Amino acid sequence: MVEKIFEITSEAGLHARPATALVHSVNVFASNVNIEYKGRSVNLKSIMGVMSLGVPHGAEIKISADGSDEQEAIQAVISAIEKEALGVVK
Amino acid sequence: MITGIAASTGISIAKAYLFEQPNLNVEKKLIENVELEIDRLEKALDQAKQELIQIKDHALKELGQDKADIFAAHLLVLSDPELINPIKEKIQMEKVNAEFSLKEVSALFIVMFEQMDNEYMKERAADIRDVTNRVQAHLLGVTIPNLNLINEEVIIIAEDLTPSDTAQLNRQFVKGFTTNIGGRTSHSAIMARSLEIPAVVGTKNVTKLVKPGDLVIVDGLDGKVIINPSTEEIDHYNEKKVSLEKEKQEWAKLKNSATVSLDGEHVELAANIGTPNDVQGVLNNGGEGVGLYRTEFLYMGREQLPTEEEQFVAYKTVLENMQGKPVVVRTLDIGGDKELPYLHFPKEMNPFLGYRAIRLCLDQQEIFRTQLRALLRASTYGHLKIMFPMIATLEEFLEAKSILLEEKELLVSQGEEVSSTIEVGMMVEIPATAIMADQFAKEVDFFSIGTNDLIQYTMAVDRMNEQVAYLYQPYHPAILRLVKMVVDAAHKEGKWVGMCGEMAGDQTAIPILLAMGLDEFSMSASSILPARSLISKLNKKELEDLIPTLLSFKSGAEVESYIKSIVLNNDGKL
Repeated sequence: MVEKIFEITSEAGLHARPATALVHSVNVFASNVNIEYKGRSVNLKSIMGVMSLGVPHGAEIKISADGSDEQEAIQAVISAIEKEALGVVK
Repeated sequence: MITGIAASTGISIAKAYLFEQPNLNVEKKLIENVELEIDRLEKALDQAKQELIQIKDHALKELGQDKADIFAAHLLVLSDPELINPIKEKIQMEKVNAEFSLKEVSALFIVMFEQMDNEYMKERAADIRDVTNRVQAHLLGVTIPNLNLINEEVIIIAEDLTPSDTAQLNRQFVKGFTTNIGGRTSHSAIMARSLEIPAVVGTKNVTKLVKPGDLVIVDGLDGKVIINPSTEEIDHYNEKKVSLEKEKQEWAKLKNSATVSLDGEHVELAANIGTPNDVQGVLNNGGEGVGLYRTEFLYMGREQLPTEEEQFVAYKTVLENMQGKPVVVRTLDIGGDKELPYLHFPKEMNPFLGYRAIRLCLDQQEIFRTQLRALLRASTYGHLKIMFPMIATLEEFLEAKSILLEEKELLVSQGEEVSSTIEVGMMVEIPATAIMADQFAKEVDFFSIGTNDLIQYTMAVDRMNEQVAYLYQPYHPAILRLVKMVVDAAHKEGKWVGMCGEMAGDQTAIPILLAMGLDEFSMSASSILPARSLISKLNKKELEDLIPTLLSFKSGAEVESYIKSIVLNNDGKL
């Protein structure tokens, strides 16, 4: 399993548009990918799960991937977060 | 033939498109073949996805990336394992039909989002409902109409159209619309005029009488809807359409001329706008200014208050694009029926009589001061006039004005440039203000009579309530007397008076208002040229002699028929 911690720097937090981008970035991978915020962990392939976290600006989140292609999956998450100017790796 | 309220002029003949939400009620059924039920679900999901892809592509082309992104998120909901897997599991474990399982599982998510503290998240509940309803419709074999996907000439037939519905209308194909509810001032009517498509609203039951594909004529001049017309009727309306086109060409010639009556009296015709984008329509229609810039649209449909900078940019854009012509900006008029979810106001028993407009601004001064600073900073880019809405007492006006002056001094002391010729006025929309107009006239630079609310408050009639719509009477002598009091009081102090309600663009009201001495008429941009044409044929001096008679009538109906018989012909034209 691999994991990364990010700080959300985008003003609006993790709302629908960037959440869509994040889910898209991992949908193609076989690994289980989870996002954790304030002790709650949800499936990063679930748009509703991700939005239900209500991640605001300034929040710290942990994303973990577990499976055969976990390295590629986490790399895809990092690129998506950078491309969306959503946050920075801690 | 059905009669309703003529909400937007013009005539259209096209096929009916019924915009009605289908019945999505489902029953719980026990099933035996689980595989078959899951197949049905998969198929419905696929169909819904195909539709959403089409809608997304259309949105990208017509409305831009932002709107398309909303549908991209909707598409993901349909592939969401946290939604789809539980639906399938429920079918397998409980042996229930796909419809019921979908309804139960999606309801859980809807409730979860509805219960969140954050307004933004609460609104996502509506998204989930929207998306899952689309799947449900496919399971049930019914159709959810989609305004985005219309690709032939139609007339929309609907219970009502929300602002977002009307925003999706494709003008290339949507030739007109007609609704069961609504009045001349409902959102859909205002939108129809700004889109310049014929509309008849308030027909009560048009959706019941029209079937999909019926041929329909919408006569937005007389407020009539004809279903499956005869050949004679079609010919008649086609002729009417042609003469209307000719009339339009005549009007177009007046685009660059001043508005002058037959006997040489000059008045100003301005337009009501909601966003900087509306300015082009004002100029295209020969508007001599903006008589009402409704700033509340800057505050609506978002998650937090607009910043001073955002407001500054909007105001500056409007002022610059109006090329030195006067722009009357109304400060924030929110509350009442126009809510801002992010301000979290409690529900009120009587929102129209409650915490709104200037009352809210004087109470939450930071909101007000931010807007005033943005306006003052933008003032050097054009010809700005500022007015305050819903003023009931002299104290309110004086307080609002002194806050404006404080902010102005503050800006000047910080070295900002502020125009020294900003006029400061107020809306007259509360009867108490009209009655006290002589006192207010000493303090203001101008008045603008807001007739939509003035009629509502004077007649004590909710203007959105169909059952009492008969009391919403613009020509009632009580209204005319109030208007005259305001005009006379202002002129006595050498101040000018405008009107920015629907009445200002009404062909029957214009002769009366001209005779009373109204200085500025502000209306939908599309009403400006017809109004200019009418005024150019009216003799103000002669009309003045009619005023005592008009004010002596007992009802609005008497006023209307008198004007139509003496001044206009029975068609309401000269």
